[in-house]
Amino acid sequence: MRRQPLALWAAAAAGYAFLYIPLVIVVVYSFNDSRLNAEWVGFTFGWYDKLFHNEEMLTAAGNSLLIALVASLVSTLLGTMAGVAMYRYKTRILPVLVLAPIAIPEILMGVSLLIFFVLLNFTLGLVSVALAHIAFCIGFVAIVVRARLAGMDESLTEAARDCGANPWQAFRHVTLPLIMPGVVAGALMAFTLSIDDFVITFFTAGAGTVTLPLQIYSMIKIAVTPEVNAVSTLLMLLTLILIIIASKVSPSALRSD
Amino acid sequence: MTTRVPERLGKWLVSGPPLLYLVVFFAIPTLIMVLASFRTPGEFGGLAPLVDEAGNLDLNVDSYVRFFTESVYAEVFVKSVGYALVTTLSCLAIAYPLAALIARSPKRWRDLLLLLVILPFWSNFLIRIYAWMIILGPQAALARGVNGVLASFGIAPVALLFSGFAVLVCLVYVHLPFMVLPLYANLEKHDAALLDAAQDLGANAWQRFWRITFPLSLPGVYAGAALVFIPALGIFAIPDILGGPSDSLIGNLIKQQFLETRDWPFGSVLSIVLTVAALLLAGVAAWIGRRSLGTPSSAGAARA
Repeated sequence: MRRQPLALWAAAAAGYAFLYIPLVIVVVYSFNDSRLNAEWVGFTFGWYDKLFHNEEMLTAAGNSLLIALVASLVSTLLGTMAGVAMYRYKTRILPVLVLAPIAIPEILMGVSLLIFFVLLNFTLGLVSVALAHIAFCIGFVAIVVRARLAGMDESLTEAARDCGANPWQAFRHVTLPLIMPGVVAGALMAFTLSIDDFVITFFTAGAGTVTLPLQIYSMIKIAVTPEVNAVSTLLMLLTLILIIIASKVSPSALRSD
Repeated sequence: MTTRVPERLGKWLVSGPPLLYLVVFFAIPTLIMVLASFRTPGEFGGLAPLVDEAGNLDLNVDSYVRFFTESVYAEVFVKSVGYALVTTLSCLAIAYPLAALIARSPKRWRDLLLLLVILPFWSNFLIRIYAWMIILGPQAALARGVNGVLASFGIAPVALLFSGFAVLVCLVYVHLPFMVLPLYANLEKHDAALLDAAQDLGANAWQRFWRITFPLSLPGVYAGAALVFIPALGIFAIPDILGGPSDSLIGNLIKQQFLETRDWPFGSVLSIVLTVAALLLAGVAAWIGRRSLGTPSSAGAARA
């Protein structure tokens, strides 16, 4: 093994510092007993306490959770179907429709859905946001599921068919259990993407509906308050837990190879 | 193939529902937006009727003409491309050592080191913007330190927050993982024997990098560039929150057309121009990447 030059180590260490210092600062200041995010004054849980008494924030968190649950369930179902279809069958249109929402700038999807819902007289709110989230999550689930299928031994399904299983039985009892880790990883990914989404939600939520990212946006547009640090820290914790679960269920989903 | 008909039925049962969903909630809205870009803005926002009172179909290219003739829009567009380019190059400079180190570290460390790059990406987008509001804020240590140094040279204090600098730093921060991943995927496949051979032939570390590692990594570089450039070009939240009044980018213009001016046709034109430009530039990058190193498969492998 070639020894790495010191300069490479130093540059990479600086890169990691750049990635983590901002997040560490957010977490540290969430426990800081000062209204200003400028210097350390003393330890407090006060901002968390304030957060849990903030009605608007709780409503926003509830909305976000509800949307993320519905969006991840539906997009996992549709995304798994899309992943299987893209792997098994020669389809031309499906891969384009599945991958395009990921490839184009997010804002395009946001504004086109805004026009779509308004022209249909569809009231903007929780439902329109969930419908939009499902549309962009399908692709991510499909990619993970297809990758899992590609790593699977297809002869197992064929063996099941030879033993007399119909296509549904072969899928239900052989393929599905084998791709389950991919499905679960896709679902967790969809959940995280949905609960974190800002741009598409911003355009499809309408005036009266607030999700957690929209609430954070309107708070930081006005002023910097440690309450945002507290809610950010909790969100990071939630994401971290989801990632750990995903890595336990499907180690390959997070691995490089 | 005795199961022809059920086979085809199965295909439609499996691919039909996601296809239908994406047609309704992605393809049709996109087509409606393309159509909207050729229509006239309504008197109170939105769109004027498609067929006017005299029964004429109302389709025109007025909004496109407006975009290409009023120089203020071209300026914002050029500025957005400039910000996206600087972001892409900065990401490359920071991501390269990270990706190289991960690719060359022992196998058991790689997953962890890579995960550490991806992890911040999974924290909320707005949280990552907010973090820079704190760091660059006027009362924070950084601004006080910088202005302290400037004052000792007799230079007036500068504001770090609400500036183009803040926008760029955050753009780089948010997009960095997109550059590291394809670079790593490419660098990881390099054969270390090539570097040993070059060393035996007398190449120093710098020569080994410029003559071997870097040219071989170009497919990864271009893939990363495309992954950073496209989202960076359309961003609106970062200039909105961290930028000053003069840092408005094309994303902000689009947001303004839909939520404030309510000129849908022009907003649609801006969105379409943005998407076409992003995909074209990314396509060019991918094409150069493929040409620069022989086979399409190596570029494809690096993109994965």
